[in-house]
Amino acid sequence: MGLIAERSLIELRFHGRGGQGAVTAAHITVDSAVRDGFWGTAFPFFGAERRGAPVAAFARLSRGRVMTRSMVRNPDVVVVLDPSIMSYVNVFDGLKDRGIVVINSPTRPNISREVKLYTVNATRIALDLGLVLAGWPLVNIAMVGALSRVLGIRLDSVLESIRNMLSGRMAELNVTAAERAYHEVSEIGGG
Amino acid sequence: MGKVIPISGNYAVAYAAKAADVDVIAAYPITPQTAVVEKLSEFVANGELDAEFIHVESEHSALSAVVGASAVGARVFTATSAQGLLLMYEIMHIASTLRLPIVMGIAARAISAPINIWCDHSDFMAASDTGWIMFMAMNAQEAHDLVIAGFRIAEDPKVHLPVAVGYDGFLVSHTIEPVNIIERDEALKYAPKRVTWYTLNPDKPITLGPLASPDWYFEFRVQLQDAIEGAREVISNAFAEFAQHFGRKYGEVDAYYTDDADVVLVTMGSASGTALAYVEEARKEGVKVGLINVRLFRPFPEEFIAKHIENAKVVAVVDRAVNAGSSFVGPLYSDIAVTMFKRGFDIPVVNYITGLGGRAVLKDHIDHMVKHALSLVGKKMRDIKTHYAFVGVRE
Repeated sequence: MGLIAERSLIELRFHGRGGQGAVTAAHITVDSAVRDGFWGTAFPFFGAERRGAPVAAFARLSRGRVMTRSMVRNPDVVVVLDPSIMSYVNVFDGLKDRGIVVINSPTRPNISREVKLYTVNATRIALDLGLVLAGWPLVNIAMVGALSRVLGIRLDSVLESIRNMLSGRMAELNVTAAERAYHEVSEIGGG
Repeated sequence: MGKVIPISGNYAVAYAAKAADVDVIAAYPITPQTAVVEKLSEFVANGELDAEFIHVESEHSALSAVVGASAVGARVFTATSAQGLLLMYEIMHIASTLRLPIVMGIAARAISAPINIWCDHSDFMAASDTGWIMFMAMNAQEAHDLVIAGFRIAEDPKVHLPVAVGYDGFLVSHTIEPVNIIERDEALKYAPKRVTWYTLNPDKPITLGPLASPDWYFEFRVQLQDAIEGAREVISNAFAEFAQHFGRKYGEVDAYYTDDADVVLVTMGSASGTALAYVEEARKEGVKVGLINVRLFRPFPEEFIAKHIENAKVVAVVDRAVNAGSSFVGPLYSDIAVTMFKRGFDIPVVNYITGLGGRAVLKDHIDHMVKHALSLVGKKMRDIKTHYAFVGVRE
């Protein structure tokens, strides 16, 4: 672990459903990395989005200023907030060879291609904490906690970023969710 | 100094208007600009900004409202995109000829039909004959900084003209990146509120914008031309002072590797970022390519551009808009071509039109342009059969 310090540029793609907070996840990832002294950009899929429909958000993390502006075509890392979209969205599209995939899943997902796979049960964490809005478990920030471990972003930076972006009870619940996910994320060997 | 936080281009623009301590904002929502005025509305509602926020029923009214407010001496701001800017077009001319120092953000977007909310420069370019000073920012930091510099320039007694700050819809407006936020005190030290323009005041009555007969109308237009030409020096000084205050250096244009380049690319907006990333890589492979990013579009920075294409063998202009049926096709191309013609540069200048309606502008596209432009090295303009090409379009 410590990928962020090893590479000159890391490109990420977040998959989720509209309203699930994929853009916020990308934003907090960048905000946390900036607190660690890196540079980054985060952006939504450029378009109109509907609640519940599959959506994507993107981020680039780098030691220096990121100049490239286009959407990420060949991510180094893919983060899946909702594994149910995997049956009809190819979340691995364009993923670099031996790319990293971080999935919110209670079990080992069945993946045919060779990837570096990490899972965390972010839905369980959200439900345990009562992090539920309109019937939806809020998994986005827990996933940032897991991702930060994989990338080598300091957990403290993530927690600072969450407290800066949210307030009150929502901030504290998400801080706990991120901490739990950070410690619970596990690498699934092979591919 | 301010603090560096990752925010979107739209928020960077809203924070700049707040730092400039604007008195009046009037706006109508339109994608991709909406978040600017949403954020400003929030600042006003929670007391962070002591301003009047006028919710209007159209962009025509939004610009009319800030024209009125500016005419009584208020520091004013609005923002828009695409169809909204077109609806403002009539009032844009009025704002400039009344010599009102309005500052406006333009999150650049394609124009209907068909309806398309994504980035290109059709809206921005459509406003290029309105007598406004126009900048195009490359990223969120620039959008933030240029709004603050915009007030400094617009309100200068030698200028008294409105300023538009363009920044690419979604590509900048919705991209979150670290921005060094200028605080109010610092912004006001750099751009103090000084009302030096003619204002409406019942105690000292004047008339703004009355009928001007053929005896006088012409002179108003000449004064507008003189004012925007005169703004060049003020803009240079404002950038120099900006660097002193905030440490960030801006020029009318940026030039990279132009001294020994065979092909000089000319780009505007966020594509300049992608183009620069391409040029850095191409240079490592020995490709003699250079890049000019055009930050100031009106008044057009001819001298700066001419200086950086002196040694070029081909000039390749990238446009994100089409002036259909014109002799030039791309609007930026027309200004570059005239700049070269006036100075007798007899080298090919070609136009690549790309990225319309949000079509991605990728390094591959830039590579295609540069390779094509390199094939023209050694030719004269009269040898070029077709001066423009669409890049990244379906065959």
